[in-house]
Amino acid sequence: MDQVSGNKITRALLYLSGVSVSFEGFRAINNLSLTIDHGEMRAIIGPNGAGKTTMMDIITGKTRPDEGDVLYNDGNVDLTQLDETSIANLGIGRKFQKPTVFEQHTVEDNLLLSLKADRGVWPNLFWRTTEAHRERIDEILEITKLTAHRSRMAGALSHGQKQWLEIGMLLGQDPKLLLVDEPVAGMTDAETAQTADLLRDIAKDHSVVVVEHDMDFVRALDVKVTVLHEGSVLAEGRLDQVTSDERVIEVYLGR
Amino acid sequence: MISRAIFENNVGGTIFLGILAILAVMVPVLHLAVPEDSFFHVSTSTVVVFGKYLSFALLALSLDLIWGYCGILSLGHGAFFALGGYAMGMYLKLQTSGGAPPDFMVFLNWKDLPWYWWGFDHLSFALLMVLFIPGILAFVFGYFAFRSRVTGVYLSIITQLLTYALWLSFFRNDMGFGGNNGLTDFSTIAGYSVQAPETRAALFSTTAIALMAGYLIAKAVVESKLGKVLVAIRDAESRTRFIGYRVEAYKTFVFTLAAMMAGVAGALYVPQVGIINPGEFHPANSIEMVIWVGAGGRGTLTGAALGAVLINYFKTIFTTGFLAPYWLFALGGIFILVTVFLPKGIVGTLASVDWRRWIPAKRAPADEAQLKPEPAE
Amino acid sequence: MRETFFFLLMLCLSLAAGHALAQEADSFETGLQRLSANSFSETERAIEEIAASGHPQAYKILDAASSRRLFYSKLQNVVAWKKDSGAYVDARTGDATTSPPDDLKAVRLNNKLRGLVDAAMGGLSLLADDPGKRRDAAASVFKTRDVKNLQSVNAALAKEKNAEIAKMLTEAKAAIIVTTTGYPDAEVIDAIKSLEARGDQETLGLIRAVPDTASEAVKKAAASAEASVETKLALWETAQNLWYGLSLGSVLLLAAIGLAITFGVMGVINMAHGEMVMIGAYTTFVVQEFIRSSAPELFNYSLAIAVPLAFVVAGVVGVAIERGVIRFLYGRPLDTLLATWGISLILQQTVRTIFGPTNREVGAPDFMSGAFEIGQLSITWNRLWIFIFAALIFTGLLLALRYTSMGLQMRAVTQNRRMAGSMGIRTGRVDALTFGLGSGIAGLAGVALSQIDNVSPNLGQSYIIDSFLVVIFGGVGNLWGTLIGAMSLGIANKFLEPFAGAVLGKILLLVLIILFIQKRPRGLFALKGRAIEQ
Repeated sequence: MDQVSGNKITRALLYLSGVSVSFEGFRAINNLSLTIDHGEMRAIIGPNGAGKTTMMDIITGKTRPDEGDVLYNDGNVDLTQLDETSIANLGIGRKFQKPTVFEQHTVEDNLLLSLKADRGVWPNLFWRTTEAHRERIDEILEITKLTAHRSRMAGALSHGQKQWLEIGMLLGQDPKLLLVDEPVAGMTDAETAQTADLLRDIAKDHSVVVVEHDMDFVRALDVKVTVLHEGSVLAEGRLDQVTSDERVIEVYLGR
Repeated sequence: MISRAIFENNVGGTIFLGILAILAVMVPVLHLAVPEDSFFHVSTSTVVVFGKYLSFALLALSLDLIWGYCGILSLGHGAFFALGGYAMGMYLKLQTSGGAPPDFMVFLNWKDLPWYWWGFDHLSFALLMVLFIPGILAFVFGYFAFRSRVTGVYLSIITQLLTYALWLSFFRNDMGFGGNNGLTDFSTIAGYSVQAPETRAALFSTTAIALMAGYLIAKAVVESKLGKVLVAIRDAESRTRFIGYRVEAYKTFVFTLAAMMAGVAGALYVPQVGIINPGEFHPANSIEMVIWVGAGGRGTLTGAALGAVLINYFKTIFTTGFLAPYWLFALGGIFILVTVFLPKGIVGTLASVDWRRWIPAKRAPADEAQLKPEPAE
Repeated sequence: MRETFFFLLMLCLSLAAGHALAQEADSFETGLQRLSANSFSETERAIEEIAASGHPQAYKILDAASSRRLFYSKLQNVVAWKKDSGAYVDARTGDATTSPPDDLKAVRLNNKLRGLVDAAMGGLSLLADDPGKRRDAAASVFKTRDVKNLQSVNAALAKEKNAEIAKMLTEAKAAIIVTTTGYPDAEVIDAIKSLEARGDQETLGLIRAVPDTASEAVKKAAASAEASVETKLALWETAQNLWYGLSLGSVLLLAAIGLAITFGVMGVINMAHGEMVMIGAYTTFVVQEFIRSSAPELFNYSLAIAVPLAFVVAGVVGVAIERGVIRFLYGRPLDTLLATWGISLILQQTVRTIFGPTNREVGAPDFMSGAFEIGQLSITWNRLWIFIFAALIFTGLLLALRYTSMGLQMRAVTQNRRMAGSMGIRTGRVDALTFGLGSGIAGLAGVALSQIDNVSPNLGQSYIIDSFLVVIFGGVGNLWGTLIGAMSLGIANKFLEPFAGAVLGKILLLVLIILFIQKRPRGLFALKGRAIEQ
């Protein structure tokens, strides 16, 4: 952690090198290497079972890799040694494939819980919501178009609204790096376009990794694309570049 | 959602506190000042029985904190109640023996008090232990269990193992807690005879006040942002971790707090019923108290207390008359009915009914509408 | 050359034997003479001499004397004893006496003499015809190790053809020699060696009883024998504990395996599982009651009849519980736990109402009573049968899960319920049958447990916590885990007991399990992967 600055492995925000993990003999991630720079937005595509979600599990501490390095913040932090909570508090936020919000809380409370603040027990027992907090919540509600729903139970929201609420919660956390897993699954075309706008907007002052199946959406994001296949990187580059790669075509269309 | 506010927070809670305040004052008055032949006289047995119910209500309240609000189903919560009870029992026992080793130690030929009995001749020390012993056990147990992410039924089972291990331990004579018979034959508490009507009345009022205090503390906890984190953990534990909350710390906190409240409940229970024995540790007791909370309404504080009083009232009616053989049928039936048909419990179900449909003309009071604004649709 | 040697050897042997016989005949003869004196003191010497002679007829003579069937004729110098049939037998030869003398008088015994006769007979039964009697006699001499018996032992040893009894006699002789002073060192050391070979708790006592006055060589031999016997005993004790542990493990396995299925496949904690065991036990009771009253000759088959019945009864109750209550609670494991607890209370109380609160007597068929020994290992038949029964059920279940389509469906549901559902498996039906199967197996466990435990309404309660221990220790969804869990808990329990006592041992075990769960929250053999996490 306290390495000499000239002696660093990486200057990237997130650096994965030679990462492997297997479940009961099945190699979900196989010698995966990936680098995300500060301020970068990256789209990750790949067929089902390519290891996209497992990769996110590894970055966020849910799954420990069998081998390999997962370094964060210029290589200063070894993420494999930390648990989910610590990693979240380092500024890595995650949106799940299946939208998970706190269904028994109001939309507003969901955002309140996500707001960047001390996560300790005592500060939260004696918590006072300040004007600044309220303003920030209003702002996020505005961005995610949920202002009208602020007092509803999150469980009563539509699927798309839950997706947006979850993105809103990511905004509330104000992480350095956002990991967004299939943000437009189950959305209408209009919603998809709006989400793309929203993510591009967020990417202005955050690093974002988006995992998505929807090619139109990835095209709309207009960022560098990484193709995962069988747990490792198959191709990397602009979308039209990788989609013309023969190996990628083979993987997607079959032999 | 207005009705939710009424039954959970404001009106319901106020009524609850009001009733307790009235009981705390009126029961002693009716017991002591009203002549025995009067219709309004409250008999000794009624004072004792209702005092017991109120201590159970406090116990249920504490269990609701962890189960109703944080989703931790402890099947060993009775252990903390019993430990609090034993701490109080030790004080009462030393009052009786005048600080010398109590009768059962004499039978064991123990000349001196074992070290873990030291200090229990002081009420203040005993009261501290009533909080600390359950609290420390819960903290240590919870710290390790929650850190290892033992959740769901696994946690339920190991809490059950915990109370089972204590149950076996306290049966052993050489533990120095009276073995099978437990601690009983108390004479005085703080210098007053435990049998005296005045003492009984005072104990009853103390229990009612403790329940009010417990309710207010629990209410403050669940309404704080910490309370929201607890509910978040209950509904989506892993999500809560991913936004940076240290779930194990929150669980350990609420588990320890609940254990301390249960300890207080146990300490109030023992001088009123006059005995504490290893039976209180039996796993079946701990499971039974879960259904008090379930029947009254998990996740509603007043519901937990109400459930404890109601079910124990039924239990008294059933087990004292010709219905005695049917009590287990009734109790078993309650377990099934509550889980299958009434998962929100009595108060929870009442709170989720949209009362405006029945009283369409009347508008909700403004202040409540402000506290919990109406949903958009 | 070889023939000469053989001849010489035979000659020596026959001379030695002849010498012994002559000596024997002498004391036997004088003893018989003395009987005619009709005085207690002479009779006393007579008994001693006859007993010491080890003569083939001696036992029968003393036996007759003790039951007042021994007579003497002073005139004809004849001693005879009367058979039950009334015929007389010449004591000297053992031949029937065709013309008994007229002056036959009974040999009188007083209490002192009667005791003497009994003791002497003890030694002489060593020569009895019945091998069982000889065996008992040898064992009794070993216990009493009365030096008076030494001669009889030697005599018996010379004749004994049965290797087992010969060994017992050698040990009896060794016991006498070791505990009596004055024998040459070589003989004592030999004796110690043969005791060492026997190597049980009693020989340890004998070896330790070697007097301090013994020579250094003897003491040394005794010390080394003591050490070796101690090691041997410790090994046997370990083996015995191991067996107790395996036996307890098989009981735990029986009780837990049904739970492992319902928990593993359905994620349902069935708190009424113990009551299914109880139902199985009561089914056995009812079957036996019926057989006792209407077909007592079938009693030995009662368990064989009870096994399928218990499976069906408990299985049907299980399916009823699943269809009636549990299916409304899927996805709410904690609620299921509470509801099944309610069911367990109701079932207990129902049984209490029908059969009463007290223990019911369930008998053991002949083949399950008694015990046998392997070396120093004592094994009761009922425990062995239960062990075999558990092994059969486990194997049967393993095969059923692996090779039947129902088993395949169950495993599919265990691994991924949603996926199995979308593959067209009717998960509802699988659930009901799984629950029925788990309950039915609990019923089978009840048949077995009725043989070793009290059949009372509380039977189930006493096993439920142990069953949970096994399942969470072994890990969910893996029958091998349950097997290893049950066996290791059984063995751990039995090995902790001698050190800590039964209760403290159990408490220790509970604490260990609680600590273990911290390390491995999903048990020894947990399924891994994404599907399980979510």
